[in-house]
Amino acid sequence: MGYMALNKEQIAQRIARELKDGYYVNLGIGIPTLVANYIPEGVNVILQSENGLLGMGPFPFEGEEDPDLINAGKQTITTLPGSVFFDSAMSFGMIRAGKVDLTVLGAMEVADNGDIANWKIPGKMVKGMGGAMDLVAAAKNIIVAMQHTNRAGESKLLPECTLPLTGVRCITKVVSDLGVFDVTEDGFRCIEYAPGVTIEEIKAKTAGRLTIADDVKEMTF
Amino acid sequence: MNKVVANADEAIKDIESGMTLMLGGFGLCGIPENCIAALVRKGVNNLTCISNNAGVDDFGIGLMLQQKQVKKMISSYVGENAEFERQLLSGELEVDLVPQGTLATRCMAAGYGMPAVYLLAGVGTEVAEGKEVRNFNGKDYLLEEAFDADFAIVKAWKGDRLGNLIYKDTARNFNPMMAMAGKITIAEVEELVEPGELDPNYVHTPGIYVHRIFQGSNYEKRIEQRTVRPRTPKGA
Repeated sequence: MGYMALNKEQIAQRIARELKDGYYVNLGIGIPTLVANYIPEGVNVILQSENGLLGMGPFPFEGEEDPDLINAGKQTITTLPGSVFFDSAMSFGMIRAGKVDLTVLGAMEVADNGDIANWKIPGKMVKGMGGAMDLVAAAKNIIVAMQHTNRAGESKLLPECTLPLTGVRCITKVVSDLGVFDVTEDGFRCIEYAPGVTIEEIKAKTAGRLTIADDVKEMTF
Repeated sequence: MNKVVANADEAIKDIESGMTLMLGGFGLCGIPENCIAALVRKGVNNLTCISNNAGVDDFGIGLMLQQKQVKKMISSYVGENAEFERQLLSGELEVDLVPQGTLATRCMAAGYGMPAVYLLAGVGTEVAEGKEVRNFNGKDYLLEEAFDADFAIVKAWKGDRLGNLIYKDTARNFNPMMAMAGKITIAEVEELVEPGELDPNYVHTPGIYVHRIFQGSNYEKRIEQRTVRPRTPKGA
């Protein structure tokens, strides 16, 4: 009782605090997209959309949608002053060369060594990896936005992924509905917990190796 | 030198069943709509299609899937197409899922005359199965081969009779590197102009890569995810 997990907006809001002035950032589909709504004041970041745009702007006003201008989620978007278009090879060239400072993406499972699985459920779902494998292989700083447990209540923060991997030993941080976790040599390290969530709940719902930071604190909004 | 053909049917007239085609576009953005319609009319089948996506059920490459014209898709993401998923799970359709950057770079390699490249994406995953791994500076990379396509079919915004092309906004995506990669490259453009009308500083694809060009018609340019924001700010 008293269990109060973060909603999707709050997960995005918390991740937005990781953005630093001058960052080039790639936001994945789903919760990561919402991060753009919470960029802190005074922090200027440039959003990269891997279909070929740096400087992604907000959604267009109704009636101003342009079918030639979309983001990687196929949503209609706009440009900003200073935006630039390029082709897919250059887009992944800049990703591969480590020019993107931060990548935020969703996951089906993560492991306590930094592995991530988010592209395939054998025999059930075969949508493909899109740009996720390229991004996780190359980005320096990868934050995963995800629900802590699946619909059956089972942990998605695991000792080892059970689904086909997207990347190995690559993620640096997980922000779930229960808290914020750094990925360390000793597994997940809880550095913040969601308001109303107890450390006991986090321990019970984390299957992978877990440590609690000495200075762990409650998240504030 | 005249690369101009009358229309899509003429442009694709020697595409035969069993060939490998590259088709530009990301989702439904920047796809060669006229040539896809012509391929459906021609009824060629057993095709291998290299394209980032497979269209939606009733548009883009989805139209070719409906007619069972595709034997194999080489793509990075096929999530918008229920018929695709059905044919795949039932075993009627082969699919080779390739990381998006790897897909783009294997096209680029072909256009630059490079037989293969070492890439990072997919190391330690099932994408790496059967591929040569080589370590550079302490990191493992996969050897990925350039694609080999009989035809590349791309869509550009403007082009001239010499095949020089300019793309618009994010409709550029895979089109430039596919244009460079086909043994024969067909470009359909919204506006066909005379040589000299395009500023040479702003041409994306030099005409040397393009063999046939025509001005397309009746572009639908469907939007997959129409997202908008309100005109008046909340609380105003």
